[in-house]
Amino acid sequence: MTQWERFLDTFFNAAVLTRYAPDILAGVWVTVQLSILIVIVGIGLGAGLAMLRAYRVRVLSLLIVIFADVFRALPPLVLILIAFFGLPNAGIMLSSFLVLFLVLTLTLAAFAEEIVWAGLTSVDRGQWEAARSTGLGFTQALVWVALPQAVRLAIPPLTNRAIAITKMTALGTVIGVPDILNQATTAQSFSGNASPLMLAALAYVALFLPFVILARWLERRFAWKKV
Amino acid sequence: MDQLIDQFFNLEIMVAAWPTVRQGLWMTLLICLAVIPMGLAGGLIAAYAAVARARALRWGAIAFVDFFRAIPPLVLLIFVYAGLPFAGLQLSPFMAVVIAFFLNNSAYYGEIFRAGIQSVGTGQSEAARSTGLSAAQTQAHVVLPQAMRNVLPDLLSNTIEVIKLTSLASVVSLGEMLHAADLARSVTYNASPIVLAAGIYLVLLWPLVRIVSRFGRRMDA
Repeated sequence: MTQWERFLDTFFNAAVLTRYAPDILAGVWVTVQLSILIVIVGIGLGAGLAMLRAYRVRVLSLLIVIFADVFRALPPLVLILIAFFGLPNAGIMLSSFLVLFLVLTLTLAAFAEEIVWAGLTSVDRGQWEAARSTGLGFTQALVWVALPQAVRLAIPPLTNRAIAITKMTALGTVIGVPDILNQATTAQSFSGNASPLMLAALAYVALFLPFVILARWLERRFAWKKV
Repeated sequence: MDQLIDQFFNLEIMVAAWPTVRQGLWMTLLICLAVIPMGLAGGLIAAYAAVARARALRWGAIAFVDFFRAIPPLVLLIFVYAGLPFAGLQLSPFMAVVIAFFLNNSAYYGEIFRAGIQSVGTGQSEAARSTGLSAAQTQAHVVLPQAMRNVLPDLLSNTIEVIKLTSLASVVSLGEMLHAADLARSVTYNASPIVLAAGIYLVLLWPLVRIVSRFGRRMDA
Protein backbone atom coordinates (compact mmCIF):
# COMPACT_ATOMS: atom_id res chain seq x y z
CA MET A 1 0.00 0.00 0.00
CA THR A 2 1.34 3.42 -0.86
CA GLN A 3 1.43 6.23 1.71
CA TRP A 4 -1.55 7.89 0.07
CA GLU A 5 -3.64 4.72 0.04
CA ARG A 6 -2.87 4.17 3.69
CA PHE A 7 -3.98 7.72 4.46
CA LEU A 8 -7.26 7.20 2.58
CA ASP A 9 -7.80 3.85 4.28
CA THR A 10 -7.31 5.44 7.72
CA PHE A 11 -9.36 8.60 7.36
CA PHE A 12 -11.71 8.01 4.40
CA ASN A 13 -12.40 4.27 4.54
CA ALA A 14 -15.47 3.79 2.33
CA ALA A 15 -16.64 0.59 4.09
CA VAL A 16 -16.40 2.17 7.54
CA LEU A 17 -18.01 5.39 6.36
CA THR A 18 -21.05 3.66 4.84
CA ARG A 19 -21.39 1.44 7.90
CA TYR A 20 -21.42 4.33 10.41
CA ALA A 21 -22.81 7.26 8.39
CA PRO A 22 -26.40 6.62 9.63
CA ASP A 23 -25.26 6.77 13.27
CA ILE A 24 -23.45 10.03 12.69
CA LEU A 25 -26.45 11.41 10.83
CA ALA A 26 -28.57 10.59 13.89
CA GLY A 27 -25.98 12.52 15.90
CA VAL A 28 -26.29 15.47 13.51
CA TRP A 29 -30.01 15.55 14.25
CA VAL A 30 -29.40 15.62 18.02
CA THR A 31 -26.82 18.40 17.65
CA VAL A 32 -29.12 20.46 15.41
CA GLN A 33 -32.10 20.10 17.77
CA LEU A 34 -30.03 21.06 20.80
CA SER A 35 -28.43 24.00 19.00
CA ILE A 36 -31.74 25.47 17.89
CA LEU A 37 -33.24 25.12 21.38
CA ILE A 38 -30.18 26.67 23.02
CA VAL A 39 -30.07 29.65 20.66
CA ILE A 40 -33.78 30.45 20.94
CA VAL A 41 -34.12 30.07 24.71
CA GLY A 42 -30.64 31.44 25.52
CA ILE A 43 -30.92 34.64 23.49
CA GLY A 44 -34.55 35.15 24.53
CA LEU A 45 -33.68 34.80 28.21
CA GLY A 46 -30.59 37.01 27.88
CA ALA A 47 -32.50 39.78 26.09
CA GLY A 48 -35.28 39.54 28.68
CA LEU A 49 -32.79 39.93 31.55
CA ALA A 50 -31.14 42.92 29.83
CA MET A 51 -34.55 44.58 29.53
CA LEU A 52 -35.37 43.87 33.18
CA ARG A 53 -32.05 45.48 34.07
CA ALA A 54 -33.14 48.62 32.20
CA TYR A 55 -35.74 49.28 34.93
CA ARG A 56 -32.79 49.83 37.29
CA VAL A 57 -34.30 48.13 40.33
CA ARG A 58 -31.17 47.83 42.44
CA VAL A 59 -31.57 44.33 43.89
CA LEU A 60 -32.79 42.88 40.61
CA SER A 61 -29.92 44.43 38.62
CA LEU A 62 -27.39 43.13 41.12
CA LEU A 63 -28.77 39.59 40.81
CA ILE A 64 -28.70 39.78 37.01
CA VAL A 65 -25.08 41.01 37.02
CA ILE A 66 -24.02 38.22 39.39
CA PHE A 67 -25.74 35.62 37.21
CA ALA A 68 -24.13 36.97 34.03
CA ASP A 69 -20.67 37.19 35.62
CA VAL A 70 -20.72 33.69 37.10
CA PHE A 71 -21.87 32.04 33.91
CA ARG A 72 -19.32 33.97 31.87
CA ALA A 73 -16.48 33.06 34.23
CA LEU A 74 -17.13 29.33 34.69
CA PRO A 75 -16.12 26.77 32.04
CA PRO A 76 -19.33 25.04 30.82
CA LEU A 77 -17.74 21.61 31.28
CA VAL A 78 -17.35 22.33 35.02
CA LEU A 79 -21.05 23.18 35.30
CA ILE A 80 -22.01 20.13 33.25
CA LEU A 81 -20.11 17.79 35.57
CA ILE A 82 -21.47 19.44 38.72
CA ALA A 83 -25.05 19.18 37.45
CA PHE A 84 -24.76 15.71 35.99
CA PHE A 85 -22.90 13.99 38.83
CA GLY A 86 -23.93 16.15 41.79
CA LEU A 87 -27.66 16.67 41.41
CA PRO A 88 -28.71 12.97 41.40
CA ASN A 89 -27.14 12.47 44.84
CA ALA A 90 -29.18 15.42 46.03
CA GLY A 91 -32.32 13.70 44.74
CA ILE A 92 -32.65 15.61 41.44
CA MET A 93 -32.46 13.40 38.36
CA LEU A 94 -31.93 15.20 35.06
CA SER A 95 -31.25 13.50 31.74
CA SER A 96 -27.87 14.21 30.12
CA PHE A 97 -29.69 16.00 27.27
CA LEU A 98 -31.43 18.29 29.76
CA VAL A 99 -28.22 19.01 31.69
CA LEU A 100 -26.39 19.98 28.49
CA PHE A 101 -29.33 22.11 27.34
CA LEU A 102 -29.64 23.93 30.68
CA VAL A 103 -25.92 24.67 31.11
CA LEU A 104 -25.36 25.94 27.57
CA THR A 105 -28.62 27.90 27.52
CA LEU A 106 -27.76 29.68 30.77
CA THR A 107 -24.22 30.35 29.49
CA LEU A 108 -25.54 31.85 26.25
CA ALA A 109 -28.14 33.84 28.22
CA ALA A 110 -25.35 35.34 30.37
CA PHE A 111 -23.38 36.50 27.33
CA ALA A 112 -26.53 37.66 25.51
CA GLU A 113 -27.58 39.70 28.55
CA GLU A 114 -24.23 41.55 28.56
CA ILE A 115 -24.30 42.12 24.79
CA VAL A 116 -27.90 43.40 24.69
CA TRP A 117 -27.32 45.50 27.80
CA ALA A 118 -24.26 47.12 26.16
CA GLY A 119 -26.52 47.84 23.17
CA LEU A 120 -29.25 49.35 25.37
CA THR A 121 -26.84 51.63 27.24
CA SER A 122 -25.41 52.92 23.97
CA VAL A 123 -28.80 54.19 22.78
CA ASP A 124 -28.66 57.99 22.84
CA ARG A 125 -30.47 59.72 25.72
CA GLY A 126 -32.23 61.93 23.20
CA GLN A 127 -33.91 58.88 21.75
CA TRP A 128 -35.40 58.02 25.15
CA GLU A 129 -36.47 61.60 25.80
CA ALA A 130 -38.04 61.97 22.37
CA ALA A 131 -39.88 58.65 22.76
CA ARG A 132 -41.21 59.57 26.21
CA SER A 133 -42.24 63.06 25.08
CA THR A 134 -44.47 61.57 22.38
CA GLY A 135 -46.43 59.95 25.19
CA LEU A 136 -44.89 56.45 25.20
CA GLY A 137 -44.52 54.84 28.62
CA PHE A 138 -41.13 53.58 29.85
CA THR A 139 -41.88 50.02 28.78
CA GLN A 140 -43.13 51.16 25.38
CA ALA A 141 -40.04 53.33 24.82
CA LEU A 142 -37.86 50.38 25.84
CA VAL A 143 -39.56 47.90 23.52
CA TRP A 144 -40.28 50.07 20.48
CA VAL A 145 -37.42 52.60 20.50
CA ALA A 146 -34.41 51.45 22.53
CA LEU A 147 -34.50 47.69 21.92
CA PRO A 148 -34.55 47.77 18.09
CA GLN A 149 -31.46 50.01 18.09
CA ALA A 150 -29.74 47.83 20.69
CA VAL A 151 -30.45 44.70 18.69
CA ARG A 152 -28.86 46.19 15.59
CA LEU A 153 -25.63 46.71 17.55
CA ALA A 154 -25.90 43.33 19.22
CA ILE A 155 -26.38 41.16 16.15
CA PRO A 156 -22.73 40.62 15.10
CA PRO A 157 -21.39 39.76 18.59
CA LEU A 158 -24.50 37.69 19.35
CA THR A 159 -23.99 35.64 16.20
CA ASN A 160 -20.36 34.94 17.08
CA ARG A 161 -21.24 34.00 20.65
CA ALA A 162 -24.14 31.79 19.58
CA ILE A 163 -21.83 29.87 17.22
CA ALA A 164 -19.16 29.44 19.92
CA ILE A 165 -21.69 28.14 22.45
CA THR A 166 -23.70 25.85 20.16
CA LYS A 167 -20.37 24.28 19.10
CA MET A 168 -20.00 23.31 22.75
CA THR A 169 -22.85 20.83 22.36
CA ALA A 170 -19.91 18.49 21.60
CA LEU A 171 -19.24 18.57 25.37
CA GLY A 172 -22.35 16.43 25.76
CA THR A 173 -20.18 13.49 24.68
CA VAL A 174 -18.61 13.52 28.13
CA ILE A 175 -21.93 12.76 29.82
CA GLY A 176 -23.31 10.51 27.07
CA VAL A 177 -25.54 12.73 24.95
CA PRO A 178 -25.71 10.90 21.59
CA ASP A 179 -24.49 13.90 19.55
CA ILE A 180 -22.20 13.87 16.49
CA LEU A 181 -18.97 13.53 18.45
CA ASN A 182 -20.34 10.83 20.72
CA GLN A 183 -21.55 8.73 17.75
CA ALA A 184 -18.18 9.20 16.07
CA THR A 185 -16.05 8.16 19.06
CA THR A 186 -18.24 5.10 19.58
CA ALA A 187 -17.98 4.18 15.89
CA GLN A 188 -14.24 4.72 16.03
CA SER A 189 -13.72 2.32 18.88
CA PHE A 190 -15.93 -0.32 17.22
CA SER A 191 -14.31 -0.03 13.80
CA GLY A 192 -10.73 0.62 14.91
CA ASN A 193 -10.54 3.26 12.22
CA ALA A 194 -10.35 7.07 12.27
CA SER A 195 -12.82 7.64 9.43
CA PRO A 196 -15.85 8.23 11.72
CA LEU A 197 -13.94 11.04 13.48
CA MET A 198 -13.08 12.57 10.12
CA LEU A 199 -16.73 12.36 9.09
CA ALA A 200 -17.77 13.99 12.38
CA ALA A 201 -15.29 16.84 11.86
CA LEU A 202 -16.63 17.36 8.34
CA ALA A 203 -20.23 17.27 9.63
CA TYR A 204 -19.41 20.06 12.11
CA VAL A 205 -17.76 22.11 9.38
CA ALA A 206 -20.78 21.60 7.11
CA LEU A 207 -23.13 22.66 9.94
CA PHE A 208 -21.21 25.64 11.28
CA LEU A 209 -19.18 27.05 8.37
CA PRO A 210 -22.23 28.75 6.79
CA PHE A 211 -22.85 30.54 10.10
CA VAL A 212 -19.19 31.53 10.49
CA ILE A 213 -19.33 33.05 6.99
CA LEU A 214 -22.66 34.72 7.83
CA ALA A 215 -21.06 36.20 10.97
CA ARG A 216 -18.18 37.57 8.88
CA TRP A 217 -20.67 39.16 6.49
CA LEU A 218 -22.77 40.63 9.34
CA GLU A 219 -19.69 42.18 10.90
CA ARG A 220 -18.85 43.97 7.67
CA ARG A 221 -22.48 44.94 7.09
CA PHE A 222 -22.92 46.49 10.55
CA ALA A 223 -19.38 47.87 10.91
CA TRP A 224 -18.94 51.52 11.92
CA LYS A 225 -17.76 53.70 9.07
CA LYS A 226 -14.02 54.25 9.37
CA VAL A 227 -13.06 57.89 9.95
CA MET B 1 -31.39 21.37 51.96
CA ASP B 2 -28.87 19.55 54.16
CA GLN B 3 -28.55 17.02 51.37
CA LEU B 4 -27.72 19.77 48.89
CA ILE B 5 -25.12 21.33 51.18
CA ASP B 6 -23.59 17.94 51.89
CA GLN B 7 -23.44 17.11 48.18
CA PHE B 8 -22.02 20.40 46.90
CA PHE B 9 -20.40 22.25 49.82
CA ASN B 10 -18.98 19.48 51.98
CA LEU B 11 -16.04 21.27 53.61
CA GLU B 12 -14.42 18.09 54.89
CA ILE B 13 -14.30 16.62 51.38
CA MET B 14 -13.07 19.91 49.92
CA VAL B 15 -10.20 20.05 52.40
CA ALA B 16 -9.28 16.45 51.60
CA ALA B 17 -9.44 17.12 47.85
CA TRP B 18 -7.45 20.36 48.02
CA PRO B 19 -3.93 18.87 47.47
CA THR B 20 -5.17 17.03 44.35
CA VAL B 21 -7.02 20.06 43.01
CA ARG B 22 -4.00 22.30 43.72
CA GLN B 23 -1.79 20.00 41.66
CA GLY B 24 -4.33 20.25 38.87
CA LEU B 25 -4.34 24.04 39.18
CA TRP B 26 -0.59 24.11 38.41
CA MET B 27 -1.20 22.03 35.30
CA THR B 28 -4.01 24.39 34.25
CA LEU B 29 -1.66 27.36 34.63
CA LEU B 30 1.08 25.50 32.73
CA ILE B 31 -1.31 24.83 29.83
CA CYS B 32 -2.30 28.52 29.81
CA LEU B 33 1.36 29.52 29.80
CA ALA B 34 1.94 27.36 26.73
CA VAL B 35 -1.21 27.95 24.69
CA ILE B 36 -1.86 31.69 25.20
CA PRO B 37 1.50 32.96 23.82
CA MET B 38 1.41 30.37 21.04
CA GLY B 39 -2.13 31.35 20.09
CA LEU B 40 -1.23 35.06 20.10
CA ALA B 41 1.79 34.39 17.86
CA GLY B 42 -0.19 32.15 15.50
CA GLY B 43 -2.99 34.71 15.45
CA LEU B 44 -0.60 37.50 14.48
CA ILE B 45 0.71 35.42 11.57
CA ALA B 46 -2.84 34.53 10.46
CA ALA B 47 -3.87 38.21 10.69
CA TYR B 48 -0.97 39.46 8.56
CA ALA B 49 -1.64 36.71 6.04
CA ALA B 50 -5.31 37.80 5.96
CA VAL B 51 -4.38 41.39 5.06
CA ALA B 52 -1.51 40.45 2.72
CA ARG B 53 -1.40 41.77 -0.82
CA ALA B 54 -1.06 38.27 -2.32
CA ARG B 55 -4.54 36.93 -2.93
CA ALA B 56 -3.60 33.27 -2.36
CA LEU B 57 -2.20 34.14 1.08
CA ARG B 58 -5.29 36.14 1.97
CA TRP B 59 -7.69 33.39 0.97
CA GLY B 60 -5.59 30.75 2.64
CA ALA B 61 -5.69 32.69 5.91
CA ILE B 62 -9.45 33.23 5.74
CA ALA B 63 -10.03 29.54 4.98
CA PHE B 64 -7.80 28.58 7.94
CA VAL B 65 -9.58 30.95 10.33
CA ASP B 66 -13.11 30.02 9.25
CA PHE B 67 -12.39 26.29 9.25
CA PHE B 68 -11.09 26.30 12.81
CA ARG B 69 -13.86 28.62 13.98
CA ALA B 70 -16.39 26.10 12.64
CA ILE B 71 -14.91 23.03 14.39
CA PRO B 72 -15.67 22.56 18.09
CA PRO B 73 -12.40 22.59 20.08
CA LEU B 74 -13.29 19.26 21.71
CA VAL B 75 -13.72 17.61 18.30
CA LEU B 76 -10.34 18.98 17.24
CA LEU B 77 -8.72 17.78 20.45
CA ILE B 78 -10.15 14.27 20.16
CA PHE B 79 -9.18 14.13 16.50
CA VAL B 80 -5.58 15.05 17.33
CA TYR B 81 -5.41 12.79 20.38
CA ALA B 82 -7.37 9.73 19.22
CA GLY B 83 -7.42 10.07 15.43
CA LEU B 84 -3.82 10.85 14.53
CA PRO B 85 -2.42 7.69 16.22
CA PHE B 86 -4.14 5.75 13.39
CA ALA B 87 -1.83 7.60 11.01
CA GLY B 88 1.12 6.61 13.18
CA LEU B 89 1.35 9.89 15.08
CA GLN B 90 1.10 9.14 18.81
CA LEU B 91 1.03 12.29 20.93
CA SER B 92 1.10 12.75 24.70
CA PRO B 93 -2.08 14.33 26.13
CA PHE B 94 -0.15 17.56 26.76
CA MET B 95 1.14 17.75 23.18
CA ALA B 96 -2.32 16.96 21.80
CA VAL B 97 -3.83 19.77 23.90
CA VAL B 98 -1.12 22.21 22.81
CA ILE B 99 -1.54 21.41 19.11
CA ALA B 100 -5.35 21.45 19.11
CA PHE B 101 -5.47 24.70 21.11
CA PHE B 102 -2.78 26.28 18.94
CA LEU B 103 -4.96 25.74 15.84
CA ASN B 104 -8.16 26.87 17.57
CA ASN B 105 -6.63 29.90 19.33
CA SER B 106 -4.70 31.06 16.28
CA ALA B 107 -7.97 31.25 14.36
CA TYR B 108 -9.78 33.26 17.04
CA TYR B 109 -6.86 35.57 17.92
CA GLY B 110 -6.14 35.91 14.18
CA GLU B 111 -9.64 37.21 13.49
CA ILE B 112 -9.29 39.75 16.34
CA PHE B 113 -5.85 40.97 15.22
CA ARG B 114 -7.09 41.28 11.63
CA ALA B 115 -9.98 43.48 12.72
CA GLY B 116 -7.50 45.54 14.77
CA ILE B 117 -5.02 46.01 11.94
CA GLN B 118 -7.81 46.98 9.56
CA SER B 119 -9.19 49.47 12.07
CA VAL B 120 -6.02 51.58 11.75
CA GLY B 121 -6.44 53.98 8.83
CA THR B 122 -4.08 53.65 5.84
CA GLY B 123 -3.02 57.26 6.39
CA GLN B 124 -1.15 56.10 9.50
CA SER B 125 1.15 53.70 7.67
CA GLU B 126 1.57 56.06 4.72
CA ALA B 127 2.70 58.82 7.07
CA ALA B 128 5.01 56.43 8.92
CA ARG B 129 6.59 55.19 5.70
CA SER B 130 7.09 58.75 4.46
CA THR B 131 9.11 59.59 7.58
CA GLY B 132 11.58 56.90 6.50
CA LEU B 133 10.43 53.95 8.66
CA SER B 134 10.70 50.56 6.98
CA ALA B 135 7.59 48.43 6.41
CA ALA B 136 8.43 46.27 9.44
CA GLN B 137 9.16 49.29 11.66
CA THR B 138 5.87 50.87 10.56
CA GLN B 139 3.94 47.79 11.65
CA ALA B 140 5.82 47.36 14.93
CA HIS B 141 5.84 50.99 16.07
CA VAL B 142 2.81 52.57 14.43
CA VAL B 143 0.14 50.14 13.26
CA LEU B 144 0.27 47.31 15.80
CA PRO B 145 0.21 49.45 18.96
CA GLN B 146 -2.94 51.21 17.74
CA ALA B 147 -4.45 47.96 16.49
CA MET B 148 -3.86 46.29 19.86
CA ARG B 149 -5.44 49.19 21.73
CA ASN B 150 -8.52 49.10 19.51
CA VAL B 151 -9.16 45.39 20.08
CA LEU B 152 -7.92 45.06 23.67
CA PRO B 153 -11.40 44.14 25.03
CA ASP B 154 -11.77 41.37 22.43
CA LEU B 155 -8.27 40.06 23.13
CA LEU B 156 -9.01 39.93 26.84
CA SER B 157 -12.41 38.32 26.35
CA ASN B 158 -10.91 35.67 24.07
CA THR B 159 -8.15 34.99 26.59
CA ILE B 160 -10.83 34.30 29.21
CA GLU B 161 -12.35 31.79 26.78
CA VAL B 162 -8.95 30.15 26.27
CA ILE B 163 -8.46 29.74 30.02
CA LYS B 164 -11.95 28.22 30.33
CA LEU B 165 -11.21 25.90 27.41
CA THR B 166 -8.24 24.36 29.21
CA SER B 167 -10.87 22.39 31.16
CA LEU B 168 -11.39 20.30 27.99
CA ALA B 169 -7.96 18.79 28.56
CA SER B 170 -9.63 16.67 31.27
CA VAL B 171 -11.32 14.67 28.49
CA VAL B 172 -7.95 13.36 27.26
CA SER B 173 -6.91 12.60 30.88
CA LEU B 174 -4.45 15.45 31.20
CA GLY B 175 -4.33 16.11 34.95
CA GLU B 176 -5.44 19.74 34.95
CA MET B 177 -7.74 21.22 37.58
CA LEU B 178 -11.08 19.83 36.36
CA HIS B 179 -9.59 16.37 35.80
CA ALA B 180 -8.13 16.38 39.31
CA ALA B 181 -11.42 17.54 40.81
CA ASP B 182 -13.40 14.96 38.86
CA LEU B 183 -11.03 12.26 40.08
CA ALA B 184 -11.71 13.32 43.67
CA ARG B 185 -15.42 13.35 42.84
CA SER B 186 -15.38 9.78 41.56
CA VAL B 187 -13.57 8.59 44.69
CA THR B 188 -15.83 10.37 47.18
CA TYR B 189 -19.14 10.12 45.25
CA ASN B 190 -19.54 13.79 46.11
CA ALA B 191 -19.55 16.85 43.83
CA SER B 192 -17.85 19.17 46.34
CA PRO B 193 -14.35 18.82 44.76
CA ILE B 194 -15.74 20.11 41.44
CA VAL B 195 -17.48 22.95 43.27
CA LEU B 196 -14.08 23.75 44.80
CA ALA B 197 -12.55 23.83 41.30
CA ALA B 198 -15.43 26.03 40.13
CA GLY B 199 -14.64 28.39 43.01
CA ILE B 200 -11.01 28.62 41.88
CA TYR B 201 -12.04 29.31 38.26
CA LEU B 202 -14.31 32.03 39.62
CA VAL B 203 -11.51 33.63 41.66
CA LEU B 204 -9.21 33.55 38.63
CA LEU B 205 -11.68 34.73 36.01
CA TRP B 206 -14.25 36.95 37.71
CA PRO B 207 -11.91 39.99 37.82
CA LEU B 208 -11.19 39.57 34.10
CA VAL B 209 -14.90 39.25 33.30
CA ARG B 210 -15.54 42.48 35.25
CA ILE B 211 -12.80 44.29 33.30
CA VAL B 212 -14.34 43.17 30.00
CA SER B 213 -17.74 44.52 31.10
CA ARG B 214 -16.15 47.85 32.09
CA PHE B 215 -14.54 48.12 28.65
CA GLY B 216 -17.97 47.71 27.10
CA ARG B 217 -19.39 50.55 29.13
CA ARG B 218 -16.45 52.90 28.57
CA MET B 219 -16.66 52.56 24.83
CA ASP B 220 -20.31 53.58 24.88
CA ALA B 221 -19.68 56.67 26.95
